[in-house]
Amino acid sequence: MLKQTEGSRAVAEAVALCRPQVICAYPITPQTHIVEGLGEMVKAGELVNCEFINVESEFAAMSVAIGASAAGARTYTATSSQGLLFMAEAVYNAAGLGLPIVMTIGNRAIGAPINIWNDHSDSMSMRDAGWIQLYAETNQEALDLHIQAFRLAEELSCPVMVCMDGFILTHAYERVDVPTQDQVDAFLPPYEPRQVLDPADPVSIGALVGPEAFTEVRYLAHHKQLRALGLIPQLAAAFNKEFGRNSGGLIRCYRTEDAETIVVALGSLNGTVQEVVDEMRARGVLIGSVSICSFRPFPLAASREALKHAKRVIVLEKCLAVGLGGIVSDGVRKSLSGIVLNGYTVIAGLGGRAITRASLTRLFEDAGRDELEEVTFLDLNADLVSHELERESKSRRTGPTAEAILRQIGTVASGIG
Amino acid sequence: MIKFYQTGTFTVGNRLLKEDQRSVQADMHRTNSLNSGHRACQGCGEALGARYAIDAAMQATGNQLIAVNATGCLEVFSTPYPETSWQIPWIHSLFGNAAAVASGVAAAQRVLGHTSTRVIAQGGDGGTTDIGFGCLSGMFERNDDVLYICYDNEAYMNTGVQRSSATPPAARTATTPAVGPSPGNVFGTGKNVPRIAMAHRIPYVATASVSNLRDLERKVKYAMGIHGARYIHIFVPCPLGWGSVSEDTIKLARLVVETGLFPLFEAQDGELTASTPIRHKVPVTEYLKLQKRYAHLFRNPPDLERIARIQAMADRNIDEYGLLQ
Repeated sequence: MLKQTEGSRAVAEAVALCRPQVICAYPITPQTHIVEGLGEMVKAGELVNCEFINVESEFAAMSVAIGASAAGARTYTATSSQGLLFMAEAVYNAAGLGLPIVMTIGNRAIGAPINIWNDHSDSMSMRDAGWIQLYAETNQEALDLHIQAFRLAEELSCPVMVCMDGFILTHAYERVDVPTQDQVDAFLPPYEPRQVLDPADPVSIGALVGPEAFTEVRYLAHHKQLRALGLIPQLAAAFNKEFGRNSGGLIRCYRTEDAETIVVALGSLNGTVQEVVDEMRARGVLIGSVSICSFRPFPLAASREALKHAKRVIVLEKCLAVGLGGIVSDGVRKSLSGIVLNGYTVIAGLGGRAITRASLTRLFEDAGRDELEEVTFLDLNADLVSHELERESKSRRTGPTAEAILRQIGTVASGIG
Repeated sequence: MIKFYQTGTFTVGNRLLKEDQRSVQADMHRTNSLNSGHRACQGCGEALGARYAIDAAMQATGNQLIAVNATGCLEVFSTPYPETSWQIPWIHSLFGNAAAVASGVAAAQRVLGHTSTRVIAQGGDGGTTDIGFGCLSGMFERNDDVLYICYDNEAYMNTGVQRSSATPPAARTATTPAVGPSPGNVFGTGKNVPRIAMAHRIPYVATASVSNLRDLERKVKYAMGIHGARYIHIFVPCPLGWGSVSEDTIKLARLVVETGLFPLFEAQDGELTASTPIRHKVPVTEYLKLQKRYAHLFRNPPDLERIARIQAMADRNIDEYGLLQ
């Protein structure tokens, strides 16, 4: 059914259609509307046979999810930013135990400085936790990915994060097509756990493993992700057959066939990138873009296939590996091993800074002339940075950096554009 | 309550008792839920406590029990991969989340309609009073259907005897060494988790000691007979960490009760409902001097001032819980 609704609400409805049995909720902006929506559905009796648990922290949220999943219940939670970091130990544990929990990340920056707006620092910090990570381009895709995520998680017995850009998607009202219960039931069978805490068949889960077998256990976790590389496209195809929409998959290419310049990005940013690609194509520039949906497992082969004929690749990242540069770029470069081309890492949109078409157009034109640095910070205010560096060089007790910078630019409340 | 003329206790042994008065441990059909072959130290109080508690809970639930374990000695010595001593469904997730994992297991039982399957979470004092305290309080506050058992040996034993918030004053640990002008742990610190549990007004809180087997089993069985959040704090001596002789484990567990240092009591809905009287009050020195962790108190000259402060703590408990009435 088509409806005009908020991204968070669309996700809440999708999760409800997946018949979750235990939902743990802890508030953190910008994912909060999702669990609020689900809590309301449970309270109103619209979502039945579901325990909605208000926990005392994100660490508890993931821990309750671990217990519920290990006891055989289909389990869901959502978080963002600091919340994901606070649950980090349990995030790794859920994957290590092989529990098919589905979690939405309403992507948001990590402090300090504290910042509630969107970038990918949070989910990227958990990229090696053993979870599958899928990034949604639109609210429709966010909705669809959740339905695929439960099936993917349960087939592999591996937890899945569905990452959607905070505010840009979570708070945006858009038209979405919400499937029927029958459609979702046909796609997603009931949860059949591989391991379950059952008095009739007692098992010990979470034993101490020493050097004699730890490598093998970790290899099997890696192997599971490699199997996901095959399963993710299969599920996307099956989803298309059932629901008539292209959602998910490993990567999606946009006008890349003859492209000399290819832009790689994750999530909602692809919408803006594709508009700029269209504008530049109209001017005869051979440019295209690739949207990476599955960041874990990283689709090395698909990325190579999509990018191998390009002259240059620009990886647009909403995250920063401090002291190195890009995070997504690492995977992209690995996928292009042995292929000679110009590669650029562009750090953009940190802490919610708007990524405008004008900025992207300038950026892609600079790249087209190969006039980009290897690592570029899009729209970096160099004057502001120089001023602060100079100030810091002049005295010892210069005070907190972030506050000094804010003083320098003056009062521009919420000037995120 | 049955009375025996010689002591008023059960020391006559099981054969002279009626069957329903015999301990679970004396039952031929006890489940041995924590089976032999595990790697606990000789004289481990925690291994005893866990076996007593889980076997009692198994009997009370008709063997429909799932246990969640915090990281710690109990977890490590019971499940060296690929072996396990657990004869029941058992999960270990992390150090600080046993109560929350158990909440999740309990929620799953409800939603899956497994109404007869009950859930226990268990951990040491570090996993309970320190790192797991947030999750524990959350489980209490939500009144989740979980019995949480803390096996308190008064320090982080698994990592090599470091201070926890359950470490008593003057006790030597690796992080409160017996050096300097006031050796051992400082006075005036620490956390009384049974009382904090009571402040949550959960249905049932109890303390128990591995020396008082029937009392311990009765409390566990009572706890498994009701629903909601329940907490039992069991005193379990640690020969390794305390520097005590392994054969003194039960003796120490008894002395701590009889000195008044560890009062045995029960509380329902936040109100104290019962305490176990002390038959013969024992001075704290009788308890302290058996443990090397207190050896610095008994040097020449002895640290009479601090021994007196520990005695005052015991006396205060005796007054507070009416242990000598």
